[in-house]
Amino acid sequence: MTAATLGALLAIAVWTWTVVAWCRRRRWGGAGRRFFRHPSAAKGMVVLVFLATVALCAPLVTPFAPYQQILTLQDHPPTWLHPLGTDFIGRDVWSRLAYGARVSLGVGTLGMLVAVTLGGLVGAAAGYFRGWTDAVLMRCVDIGLSIPRIFLVLAAIALWGKLGVGPLTMLLGLTGWFATSRIVRAEVMSVREQPYTDAVRALGARPWWIVLRHVLPNSAAALIVSAALGIGNMMLIEAGLSFLGAGIQPPHPSWGNMIADGRDQLATAPWTTLFPGLAIALAVMALNATGDALRDALDPKARGV
Amino acid sequence: MRAWLLRRIAAGLAIVFVTVSLTFFAVHLAPGRPFMPLDERPMNPAVRDRLITMYGLDQPLAVQYVRYFGALARGEMGESFSQRRPVAQAIAGAVPNTLLLTSVALLIDFTLGILIGLFQAARARRRSDVALANLTLFFYSLPTFWLALLLQLVCGLWLGWFPTGGTTDPVVYGSLPFAGQVMDRLHHLVLPALTLGLVGAGGTARFQRAALLEALGHDYVRTARAKGLAESAVLVRHAWRDALLPVISLAGMALPFLLTGAVLIESVFSWPGLGKLATDAISARDYPLVLGTTLLATCAVVLGSLVADLLTAAADPRVRLTT
Repeated sequence: MTAATLGALLAIAVWTWTVVAWCRRRRWGGAGRRFFRHPSAAKGMVVLVFLATVALCAPLVTPFAPYQQILTLQDHPPTWLHPLGTDFIGRDVWSRLAYGARVSLGVGTLGMLVAVTLGGLVGAAAGYFRGWTDAVLMRCVDIGLSIPRIFLVLAAIALWGKLGVGPLTMLLGLTGWFATSRIVRAEVMSVREQPYTDAVRALGARPWWIVLRHVLPNSAAALIVSAALGIGNMMLIEAGLSFLGAGIQPPHPSWGNMIADGRDQLATAPWTTLFPGLAIALAVMALNATGDALRDALDPKARGV
Repeated sequence: MRAWLLRRIAAGLAIVFVTVSLTFFAVHLAPGRPFMPLDERPMNPAVRDRLITMYGLDQPLAVQYVRYFGALARGEMGESFSQRRPVAQAIAGAVPNTLLLTSVALLIDFTLGILIGLFQAARARRRSDVALANLTLFFYSLPTFWLALLLQLVCGLWLGWFPTGGTTDPVVYGSLPFAGQVMDRLHHLVLPALTLGLVGAGGTARFQRAALLEALGHDYVRTARAKGLAESAVLVRHAWRDALLPVISLAGMALPFLLTGAVLIESVFSWPGLGKLATDAISARDYPLVLGTTLLATCAVVLGSLVADLLTAAADPRVRLTT
């Protein structure tokens, strides 16, 4: 750790604090107040903003390149220069962790974005149009839900070869929307019976316009909550796949494959396994805490109390 | 009720049929062929051709598809290419190992989870509740394989309390008396089962706490308190009975976990179970074995959601099984 990286980290800490404090002070109305009243909402947000900023500014906060090997320092315990130690081929664990945050957070977020888009559209179509559209779409969802996800993803990867970051994200998104679509469908079915939907219909709006402009925004609460709680799960699956060697391929750092790299040195260099795992746990914990708070704020019916 | 059950079973069979069909075409159309070991020396082409003819892989896909489902209807899952024995035998060898691990894990998961949730709800918003809420959130958010490695390191390597892999001790197991063999198996079971159980318990406890707190807000709880019942009786006999329902459906949903939940943990602890069987089968392009494990896993999911509905109906007199 050099003075420059330490300064950058401090700057990020200040920035995080400012952002969260600003969000807290701003008047968001009832939902925002309810969100910040949740005991761990602010803490979760601090962690998420901090990790996201570190991921974006990775070159500024890391003293070494993530692939740079220092061959005289293999499996070296934490020192001032290498605050989290070095791994089995002499790479700086902190630098890899910061760059790995890009992959792990990115795959989780983008994968969930794909899943939420698909799940939202399918759920809205099924819930709004009912009839055979509903029947066909929901039977597809039943099938999707009855194949264990990890089997499905592992099979796809093993059969079609190792995937790059983009295709992997798509794959995770394409296999992750089934549960979301069910939630959205239930929500849409109740929104479609509301008088304002009837009013728009009476004004002659086209069905898809009604769905996209009126029905979906009014069912957004369930969608947002399911997305927030789903990102953590997506990250855990990515980490598991990378751990098995089927996800992000070395030498690209991801928190999952860093754990896999450290596994053989577990007894002699536990820090190479310990820190990436703690990073995953911290990020997923923050996501779940924020998701809980969002649910309490947006969806008072499904409150976890 | 009977009509409902028949419809559900028919729908379930349809789901299994479609899923296995999709898997069939997916594995056959995917690149890569069986009998092409990647890292060993290549197989003699003549032998390979004979094997391909023998297993009927030279036939058109439609013929193979009809043949496969014909055999399945007679109760045959075919023969595994890579293990050179019937698929049923390979699966039967792996299932007990997985079931032992996952059933003990589920037992830990639900016992611990329900008890913690009950305790938390009893002292909601006090310091012990908040501390436990943070702890359960932590375990719920952990990657299981990382917790497994950590437990291996601490309890296995540093403290030396438990073995870190396998189902039995390869050296002494054969020479042990029966009781010793049982103890050896249990000794190997502790770390993997504890890993899965602890992560699961985190989620179950959060779920049980939320369900209980919701139940405690109902009017019948106020009535029970008003008639002077002890708080423990209100909590356990009145609120808990109501709050157990969502946990029961959670338990039903966890049934497929019995077969498929341990893929990563089996890899960390070199546990010869279904997860390892399935991943090996996929990389060996062992079509019948891939299809066999998919069939089994899908059946487990379908059966699990059926059992969840039945259990909920049995526990909740308000639920009627119709449509």
